[in-house]
Amino acid sequence: MQFWAIQTLNSLALGGLLFLLSAGFSLIFGLMRIANLTHGALFMVGAYLGATLLRWVPNLWIVALLSGLIVAAFGFLLEKFILEKLKGNVFSQVLVTLGFAYIIADFCLVTWGGDPIPIPTPPSLQQPLRVAGLAFPAFRLAVVGIAVLAAIVLYLFIERTRIGAMIRAGVDDMEMARAVGIPVRRLFSIVFCLGAGLAGAGGVIGGPIMSAYPGLDADMLPLALIVVILGGVGSLVGAFVGSFITAFVYTFGVALFPQLAYVILFLPMIFVIAFRPRGLFGKFAA
Amino acid sequence: MTRKAGIAVLVALLAAFPFAAGEFYVNLASQVFIFAIFAASINLLLGYGGLPSLGHASYLGVAAYASALLTLKAGLANWAAAPLALIGTTLMACFFGLIALRATGLGFLMLTLALSQVLWGTAYRWIALTEGDNGLRGINRPAPFGVSLDDASHFYYFALAVTLLALWLMARFVASPFGAALRGTRDQPRRMAALGHDVWMVRWLTFVYAGFWGAVSGLLFVYYHKYIHPISLSLANSAEGLLAVIAGGSGTLAGPVVGAAIVMILKNYVSAYVERWNMLLGFVFVAIVVFMPEGVVPGLKRLWQRSRSRA
Amino acid sequence: MRFTRRRFVQAVGLSLTGLPFHSSAQASPIRLGLMTVKTGPLASGGIDMERALNQYLKERNGTMAGRKIELSVGDSAGVPAQARTRLQDLVEREKIQIMIGPLATGEALAVDDYIRQQQLLTLSVAAAEDMTQRNPNPWFTRGTSTSSQCAHPLADYCYKTLGMRRMVVIADDIPYGHEMCAGFQRVFEELGGKIVQKTFPPLTVPDYGSYLAQLNTKADGIFLGFAGSNGFRYLRQFNEYGLRGKVTPVGGMTALDEAVLRNMGDEALGIVTSCWYSAELDNPINRKFAAEFRKEWKYDPGFYAAATYTEAAVLEATLNAIGGRIEDKQAFMKAVRSIKVDTCRGPVRFDSYGNVVGNVYIRKVERKDGRLVNSVIHTYPDVSQFWTYKPEEFLKNPVYSRDFPPAKNLEQ
Repeated sequence: MQFWAIQTLNSLALGGLLFLLSAGFSLIFGLMRIANLTHGALFMVGAYLGATLLRWVPNLWIVALLSGLIVAAFGFLLEKFILEKLKGNVFSQVLVTLGFAYIIADFCLVTWGGDPIPIPTPPSLQQPLRVAGLAFPAFRLAVVGIAVLAAIVLYLFIERTRIGAMIRAGVDDMEMARAVGIPVRRLFSIVFCLGAGLAGAGGVIGGPIMSAYPGLDADMLPLALIVVILGGVGSLVGAFVGSFITAFVYTFGVALFPQLAYVILFLPMIFVIAFRPRGLFGKFAA
Repeated sequence: MTRKAGIAVLVALLAAFPFAAGEFYVNLASQVFIFAIFAASINLLLGYGGLPSLGHASYLGVAAYASALLTLKAGLANWAAAPLALIGTTLMACFFGLIALRATGLGFLMLTLALSQVLWGTAYRWIALTEGDNGLRGINRPAPFGVSLDDASHFYYFALAVTLLALWLMARFVASPFGAALRGTRDQPRRMAALGHDVWMVRWLTFVYAGFWGAVSGLLFVYYHKYIHPISLSLANSAEGLLAVIAGGSGTLAGPVVGAAIVMILKNYVSAYVERWNMLLGFVFVAIVVFMPEGVVPGLKRLWQRSRSRA
Repeated sequence: MRFTRRRFVQAVGLSLTGLPFHSSAQASPIRLGLMTVKTGPLASGGIDMERALNQYLKERNGTMAGRKIELSVGDSAGVPAQARTRLQDLVEREKIQIMIGPLATGEALAVDDYIRQQQLLTLSVAAAEDMTQRNPNPWFTRGTSTSSQCAHPLADYCYKTLGMRRMVVIADDIPYGHEMCAGFQRVFEELGGKIVQKTFPPLTVPDYGSYLAQLNTKADGIFLGFAGSNGFRYLRQFNEYGLRGKVTPVGGMTALDEAVLRNMGDEALGIVTSCWYSAELDNPINRKFAAEFRKEWKYDPGFYAAATYTEAAVLEATLNAIGGRIEDKQAFMKAVRSIKVDTCRGPVRFDSYGNVVGNVYIRKVERKDGRLVNSVIHTYPDVSQFWTYKPEEFLKNPVYSRDFPPAKNLEQ
């Protein structure tokens, strides 16, 4: 009983974290049709920036916002000066993002050194929550809350605003969107910034759980890929559902089948793409 | 005439290389050859079939592991283990192709990635077979016709011969009517289907063929290093191969070879002088993509033609 | 800041071969290679290896046994295939005569046959058991420890002094982790204790939550066999789940290394670990080493820094014993296995398999001058890789692994 309760909470917390990681990835993927392979690196930079900023600004949520803005600004430059020049050439764009992933990872190593850097848990959330004999970290529950909040805000942004409508049009049919006069280039900029910013902020919010360490980028990128493939490219609902499915599969998988710990995340992904290439909520095959 | 003469000169230069260069450079060249076969096999899929594989390290790694296990654990000689490893890996490519080709484009990329991650995880975890993170060591190089390949220049000639054969056969494949059909499925899949081509079958056969050459590079890899570690099956290894192809110029014959040379020299030579070689690698890729989006080989060709036409 | 300069050294190196040792050879430099990791996830330890070695050479004015030392550094990024190429570079272009390194087990195994083929003198840091046990490399000497060398005494300490009877072991799912846990289990169970749970999460695990939820909280203690950032992350999450009061954590030699400790908070206080070194060790050599290192880099030296500083001392002592004649490889290997030398980790000597016999320290995390340190609370003197077992009998068993010795006391 206790096992199931705790593991369920664990899955929810990990799912929340995965959503913060992959929502931006999914939007970029859906609109621009590119797998942004810097995404893990942006998450890592966010975490490192958070660790540094927390020395001056002792509030995790504000720092997450600041860190998100800085990473978003970087994303803006990357999109404006590199990706835009390569429009129409998807492979080149993917290669460039991979190149930047190398650069960012080495930059972090030079700047912050090779040792893991902790990101302190907000003091009010440090004590585990104890209910009916169960102890569960309060911060993780807060992460679930943040993720749900972020999901609602993003959902309203996409579904209820003019820009959101244009993004949806772009995801559904780029040619048509262009034809009816939607400023597609501007949308790309906005979405790339937004996605990068979400990754940066996610790095800070995940920080108290994951810490900032070299290799965080490579640990996170495959997770983002899995979530998006599972949920469907370009769909926020898909990223949300995909995050939680991934988290449940992982958490219970490693507990019940420890032998499969390495492959547990990839088997469902193979199954999904092979039999439902667009993912659960995707509009088109990746 | 010039083309053939050029190739002849190039081969002569390559044959003379070990006489002129030190052992380290000879070994570095051997590694470039091995990586060039690997990249060229990815190029079959990416450049001619439009299928971006991010899991090609699977074939390199599995062939290497198979050869190592057959010699170390089953006690087979290299000449017996090599064909078995190639056949086994090619059969695996047949099977993986069935799964991966359920999608194209980025879906294909994800499927190949997922399949390779499963193998990577297995190599780490199945310690009774693979020795996990310790890797397999104690592997011997073969001695074709009684010539030991332990000597650096002997291995160089062996690798060179295999590479030339591999590149020639891959070039023949691309130039054949089947290759034309393959390019057709890349550019106009619907029209090809309407014309009566079995698009899926063309892709699947190419997938298997590319898997076979990936396996050949894996054999050379394990002979060269006499050691195999799960990291050879990793995403990073697959990505490097893909990078080499795109950087050199996908869909060209020389592109993957040039790309492989760029990656290998940056990683294994420049890294001795430049402490931040990882960052440099990133910048080189970015620069190539920005200034020569179609790759180094087509990019240089374009510059060359432009300068000629101006003169 | 590299001591290496290639070209003129090569010229010297070529003229050197074939000359009698005593005359001009004495004046020519010794070419030392350091194989380390300066990029990628393992870079933290690798950079410390280079810093400490440079410090040692600086303190000796770059000279050992009357000969200049020319240092060349190779960065393998922690990738075995690259380690091999880097080593070829060091041997064939830089003409190194002796190597310190490599850092990771996989790298050491990847270059094993090359070391044999080149008969390259090697002072290693990697912990793989069998490199000095069932399959010893004659050119390989290890001044740090095998994976389990520090775990054996810790098990003894946990049973006898901490009074633990039922314990959990957890480590990264790599041979280093398996070997460490196996050594711990063997000694602990032979004393009468029980290992009630064994867990090996993958090396790249996104989150330990799922593993923490399964932890057997009825155990007295948990042995952490992690390396790098994983121990750090596990322990933080362990506290997050409120487990600290329930199960007492103890750690292997890399779990709470000084490198990790300097970024930790009160959650680390009071944790007992075992290692062949501590920056707090009170011997004259270490007092000087640690103080200088701290002055230069603003943090305490840890496992990796002490490793190269120790190997450098071993190198110097051996060179002194053979009059600096490193060209005579056989004499070097014979000497290195017979010297006794005082180092920053205390006195060390070597067994006939090339592995170190030296002190293992039980340490406890305390706060001192505002920073966390590993205070030494107990010393096991002259610990061998075979612990108290007879080498011949020890070697009759299979190498330590995930399944050996078999765990008979696991509980669900």
